[in-house]
Amino acid sequence: MSLQDPVAAFRIEAGELLDQIEQGLLDLGHRLDDRDLVDEVFRGLHTLKGSGAMFGFDALAEFTHHCETAFDRVRKGLAPATQELVAVILSARDHMRALIEGNGSGLEATGAAILAELQAAIDGASDSPPAVEPAGAVPVVPVAAAGSGSGWRLSFRLPADAMANGTNPLMLLDELRELGECRIVARTDKVPPLADLVPTECHIGWDVELRGDISRADIDDVFIFVMDDMELSVTPLEVAADDVPGAAPVAGADGSAAVQGVAPPVLAAIDSAAPGKSPAATPSAAPKSGESVRVPAERLDELMDRVGELVIVQSRLSQLASGQASASGNELALRSISEEIERLAGELRDTMMVLRMVPVASLFSRFRRLVHDLARETGKTIALSTEGETTEVDKTMIERLADPMVHLIRNACDHGLETPQDRLAAGKPAAGQVHLSAHQAGGEVLITIRDDGRGIDRERVRAKAEVQGLIQPDQAISDHDLLQMIFHPGFSTAAQVTNLSGRGVGMDVVKRTIESLRGTIDVTSKPGEGSTVVLRIPLTLAIIDGLLVRVGEGRYVIPLGAVEECLELSLEEHLRSRGRSFITLRDRLVPFLRLREIFDTGTRPDPHQKIVVIATGAERVGLVVDQIIGSHQTVIKSMSPLHRDVATFAGATILGDGGVALILDVVQLVTLGQHQEERLRAAG
Amino acid sequence: MTAAILTVDDSPSLRMAIRIALTGAGYDVTEAGDGVEGLSAAAAKKFDLIITDLNMPNMDGLTMIRELRKAPEQAGVPIIFLTTESDDAMKQQAKAVGATGWLVKPFVPEQLIKVSRKVLGR
Repeated sequence: MSLQDPVAAFRIEAGELLDQIEQGLLDLGHRLDDRDLVDEVFRGLHTLKGSGAMFGFDALAEFTHHCETAFDRVRKGLAPATQELVAVILSARDHMRALIEGNGSGLEATGAAILAELQAAIDGASDSPPAVEPAGAVPVVPVAAAGSGSGWRLSFRLPADAMANGTNPLMLLDELRELGECRIVARTDKVPPLADLVPTECHIGWDVELRGDISRADIDDVFIFVMDDMELSVTPLEVAADDVPGAAPVAGADGSAAVQGVAPPVLAAIDSAAPGKSPAATPSAAPKSGESVRVPAERLDELMDRVGELVIVQSRLSQLASGQASASGNELALRSISEEIERLAGELRDTMMVLRMVPVASLFSRFRRLVHDLARETGKTIALSTEGETTEVDKTMIERLADPMVHLIRNACDHGLETPQDRLAAGKPAAGQVHLSAHQAGGEVLITIRDDGRGIDRERVRAKAEVQGLIQPDQAISDHDLLQMIFHPGFSTAAQVTNLSGRGVGMDVVKRTIESLRGTIDVTSKPGEGSTVVLRIPLTLAIIDGLLVRVGEGRYVIPLGAVEECLELSLEEHLRSRGRSFITLRDRLVPFLRLREIFDTGTRPDPHQKIVVIATGAERVGLVVDQIIGSHQTVIKSMSPLHRDVATFAGATILGDGGVALILDVVQLVTLGQHQEERLRAAG
Repeated sequence: MTAAILTVDDSPSLRMAIRIALTGAGYDVTEAGDGVEGLSAAAAKKFDLIITDLNMPNMDGLTMIRELRKAPEQAGVPIIFLTTESDDAMKQQAKAVGATGWLVKPFVPEQLIKVSRKVLGR
């Protein structure tokens, strides 16, 4: 965003205002008599209208004006806030967004329909006639038409507090002088004796003879701010017969004076259509507000500190390079600088990453409207509660999480929650609960979507899975695996197809999206008690801490967050476990995968092989590697389109020596390990 | 000396528009986001002119003007308020608490500059 473009700034600001209005309205829906909320919404509408008009969004300003007027009545206690009004203004708010984005025609019809609803909502709520009036009906101060060809005689006295309130009489006299030749006489008759004199008050009056071809409007302009309270008399100067040849030139002078020049401030409403019409007409110029991130100043200060330190270290390095230090100390000095730079790079990376972090509150707040709308559409009573909104996640992550979460919440509200009647019949409170929570665990954020609805119908899932040929009719399958079936492409039970969910996004798409974020999705459900979906996503997409290992001649990175422990595969275990790839770890059998075999390295194994135990959730699997090299700051590069489908790898990274290491996809490997375990168990 | 102007508005875009117009006209502009910020800015530095919105969160323009006028050093400092109110009541209230003049939104930069010149005399 350009710092010099108020229109771009307005678009961003308008987006924030609309969010604020929406949140205020939703809160108001729950607490209809909360005056603070009414004020908040009113202020939002008011600012939107005012700024919109400033930057040429005339349609927006006019439309918003109606909503503001309606809301003003509520604010002044002339009409009650009702659910109908909240609902209408919510849809009006969506229309305002469309007007700001300026996408396409046909908006007038929508706007008119909403205004009609608004009118109905107000009519229903109050007896007095609705206050919806056209925005253009700002009272226009009539331009004084009378003029004088030769001049005016003025006599004025300012209100006593005028000087204290910022009016400088000398400037008024200067302005009069600019209009024409002046003869000014001060009247000091009202000046009190010194003992009674209040120095901040103005006691002097002035008589002015103003000569020239001046309109009365110009004189009124001079006194515009004090006109209401001051004593002012304005009379035309005696017209000498030879001064003015006739009436016509006078009228001509008045006409031109009213048209020319800058309109006086109070007449600004007349010009409202004039300033900058272009923005509303060029929607393509609209920047995405998502491209800017708000950063608290203190975080920028931190970043600046680090950069400052980096500059210092850099100068030390230059000094060393130019050979000013003694030769013997060189190596030591270089090592110390290297350590400094390593530390600074780490800190810079952390600080930088934090800059991109935004609280999930911005994500959660979008869903309040969604749930509100879903409740209206389905006729259910739904209470949305949230927890852990301050948890911070990478900005790009937030954006990409929105769609899958919308789908999950729709599912919960539409399929999960029962109708109030069914709920009461089942002995539950009539209002269904949808709970969103977020919390950070290590390098991951866990986002939970929980409902207290009917839960997932196993029978139906099973029936559907059998029809699709995903499982055999008599096949035994764990409850957990059965629930995972809902993530299968094309999997939806017949009753699931409603107009609410008909968005062409299935659970398989949700799963794919989450996995593309290097996250996992897990669903649990208790019949009659509800379902819980847990999303685990990494804090950031760009950089991870990795464990660098060697398998054969290749080097690989294992995300450090997934590593539980490293141990040696003793020769004894190696022999004993041949063919049965399990180790016993604290009395638990953990399957392991020989990466040498999976990658088909064709090299001789190292005599002392290591096992890296990795885990996702409760599932663990060991990876046998030849050597553990150490931890490594891994900047993730995505794989080429050709290799994107290779499931075992999540990406690649470039090592310090210029070599390439592939990043192992932990989720895939754990799944692979678990399958192997199941196969072996099935085989006995 | 360059005249120092304080602009108080909760709308960043409007503040930006005001800043661009007034710095373009050679004034020195300081911004504040609401009445509370406006008061502390005015306490930290003496301004030649204060331009304020009326409807703002935390502290509205009316309250800020009233507070400003309580301080002796703010006597005589011109205060212009921005208003979109079509009713006269707001204007009268603002004047009653000590505002010097007003500017009706929406305005074009020339009107803003003209009003500033008018009350500053430069």
